Order: sequence, then C-alpha cells, then structure tokens
Amino acid sequence: MTQFEHRQSAHCESGVVSNLVTASGVQMSEPMAFGLSSSLIFAYLPMVKMAGMPLIAYRMLPGSIMKGSAKAMNAKWESQTFSNPDEGMAALDRALDEGKPVGLQTSIYWLPYVPEDMRFHFNAHNLVVSHKEGDEYVVSDPVFPELKRTDAASLKKARFVKGVMAPKGRMYQLLEAPNNIDYKTAIPAAIERNRKLMKAPFVPMVGTKGIRYMGRQIQKLAKNPSKSDYLKQYLGHIVRMQEEIGTGGAGFRFIYAAFLKESAEMLGSNQLAEAGDAMTDAGDEWRRFALNATKMCRGRKEMNADALYGLLDVCASKEQEVWDMLKGVKSAV
Amino acid sequence: MKKDDVPQDKSRTYGGESKLMYAVDDDGKYTGVSSSGWEVETYATVAAVEALEAQRDAALKRGIAGETSPLEFHMFDKRMDMATLTSSTGYGAWRVKRHLKPNIFNALPDKKLEPYCEAMGIDLQTLKSLPEQSSESSES
Repeated sequence: MTQFEHRQSAHCESGVVSNLVTASGVQMSEPMAFGLSSSLIFAYLPMVKMAGMPLIAYRMLPGSIMKGSAKAMNAKWESQTFSNPDEGMAALDRALDEGKPVGLQTSIYWLPYVPEDMRFHFNAHNLVVSHKEGDEYVVSDPVFPELKRTDAASLKKARFVKGVMAPKGRMYQLLEAPNNIDYKTAIPAAIERNRKLMKAPFVPMVGTKGIRYMGRQIQKLAKNPSKSDYLKQYLGHIVRMQEEIGTGGAGFRFIYAAFLKESAEMLGSNQLAEAGDAMTDAGDEWRRFALNATKMCRGRKEMNADALYGLLDVCASKEQEVWDMLKGVKSAV
Repeated sequence: MKKDDVPQDKSRTYGGESKLMYAVDDDGKYTGVSSSGWEVETYATVAAVEALEAQRDAALKRGIAGETSPLEFHMFDKRMDMATLTSSTGYGAWRVKRHLKPNIFNALPDKKLEPYCEAMGIDLQTLKSLPEQSSESSES
C-alpha cells in the first residue's frame, strides 16, 4: 500500500477510481480508468426529470465507471451500504483505522466545503476519505484542487440523504488491486464495447441519433412563439448539463480523447491516435454549440433553432466519424 | 481544445475553486489543465440559481400573504423542487401539494413534519416559520 495521493480530476467517479487504483500501487490515469470502463454515451432522457427538464447524460449511469473499469482491469471492489447511519459511520472509522483510503458515495449538496453555486441535489457524488484528524475527516474530493475537510455530522448527512440514487452510506475499497493489466487486450475490448453502446440501434434517444433528436426538440420548441421563454430555459439547461453538472458532457469527450491518445502511445497505434484527434474535434464542436446557444439566450445573437440543430448535427457526425474510425480495432491493434 | 484555449474566466460560481480539464499541449499530447471557469457555463449556472431564487422569493411573498405554507419557501430555499422533496421525504406529490395549503400545514402534527425537517436539515421551528427580513438579507 502506497501513500494516498490526491490528484484533481475532471470527473468525480473516474477520479476516485484512478486515485484509489494508483494508491494500490498500480499507476492509473483518469482518462485510462474512464476509457477502460466503456462509459462514454449520449442519452436524452425526457422521462427522467432534472429540475423539471429532461436528463441529458453524456456518460453511463453512476457506478458504471467503477464496475466497468474493474472488469477491464481484473480488479475487485468491496462495496457496502447501511440501513443504519451510525453503523455506517462506525464502519468508515474502522476502515480508516486500518490506514486505508475509503471511497464514498455522497450528496454534493450537503458537503460543507462545496461552494454555494456548485451545490445541488445530486446523490451520486464520489469522493475518498484518506484519513481522520481529530474529529475531522480529510477528504480527497477529486473535482477540487486541494484536500478538503468535513465534520462527522455533515458527512453523515451527505452519505445518508434519501431520494433518487440515495447513497445509503455506500462505501467502497479495492479488495483486489489490478494485477498485470493486459492493455493490449483490454483497451480494444473496452473501445469495441463503447462503440456498440453509442450505436444503440434500437433506441432513438441514445447515441449519435440522440444528439440529433435533441436538436429536433429545439427546432420544435422554436416553432411555438408562446414558448420563447421556455426555449431559453431549455437551452440553458442543455448547456448546464453539458458544461457544469457532472463535469460537463463536452468534458467527457476530452477525457475520452485523452484515453485514446494515451492508448495510442502505449500500443503504438496510429489508428487510435487519429481517432483521439477526431474525438478532440467532437469535443470542440460541443463547445461551439454551447457558446452559440448561450449567445442566443442572452440576445447577443438572433435566436436561430436551425443553426443550433446544424451545430448539434456536426457534433453527431464528428462522433460518428470517431466510432467509424475505431471499427475493427480489436483485430487491428 | 488546445491548452491555451482552456477558459480562465474566473467564474464567481466556482467560489475561488478551479476545475480540471483535459486539453492538447504543443506536442499534440493531452494534459490536465486547471480552469478558473468559462463564461458560458457561468451564465447557465447563474440562470438556474436565479430561477430557484425567484421561485423562493415568490414563495416568501405568498407565504407572508397567507397564500401558501412556509414549506414552499423552505423547499426552494434548499434548492429543491417537488420531485426532490417527494423522493427525499417519501411523501407523494399530492400529499406535499396538500401540505402547501396553509390551513392544512398549520394543523399538521410535528410527526408529519419531521420528514421535511430531515430532508432539508432544518428544525421544526424553522420549518414552521418564514424569515422575518425580506429576501435580500437571506442567503443568496
């Protein structure tokens, strides 16, 4: 067991996975952990509401990065939930007494160190408690640059909130550290899994089809003049889901691009390097969409739903291009 | 995104923190770059927060006028909506809606109010009352 090192990450779950795996003695970057888990997605989910708006997901469900990467790395997590909060806190203390870092699922709203405007009711925020100092828990929250601290009462609240995706005090540790990861097999297999996910042939609102579906929703709303205020809120929501909440969707494109480039170098593959550059372009297109949508909401540019559809169509095409480039990666690498 | 294009707009919504982004350096390699925020993201965040604050302020006004129970103010004050409140209390939406009526809310036994206190992290006294000052002085 090596000393736990806090490294800031772009996303909480991939950050926790890469930090805990690295602490077990196996160097693991955040993009590699994310890529191995095959968790990149686009999903437009009108039946799941977030602040009264459709949920727009840019990665698979919470938990899938941990699960997916463990499978690819041949590692095992030990995960526990608790019906009794006091028991859950006592179990955390016992684990920390053994000198091991512990991963926790929490609600970001109740963590005292989170800035006011970054707090909202999201119950699947992951962090690591590295140790205890007196009554305070020292927290490696991967989205922040420095270590944080929290008192026991706040941590208990954050671990045991009720509601959607309630954490139920979930805590986890690496039971078996990854052992001799066979990157030459694991990376192409992970990419192929992800390629199939994005194709999602039977689901119109998932994958590149989902991106265009969202674009058509914008066009539909814009045709109804009485909904012009709602259209602005809707666009603001899309941008918020893309840039702020859970790292931001465009952010995941860059994480995945970084994974492809790291893999390219590791396996000496031009195919992966070129796909990585193309994924960077896709991420840049998402940012172009966010910039334009925001300008239109602020009245700095005339509202033009067809232009916004066009920008999303480019995002979809670029992503499609990446996955087409990655076709047959299993036999090529 | 190129390393030099990583936005550094010093967003107030970050509260002095920074986020990590992956960007391409001069050699075409990916590297983690710290970002102090992007104006585009700030706008979306602030709009969402302001929408909740406007709902909160309206609920306070109507609460003072006796048109709604204090529950509505506290719900928005804790950045919740109906969906968050129902899922975190276990009450159905119809029941929460009933509890927004002042006469019904005022007659509720403390035991029925406890799930709200628990979900919002406030005590009974706070839940049953509205802040005395206008909204300007409450947290924002």
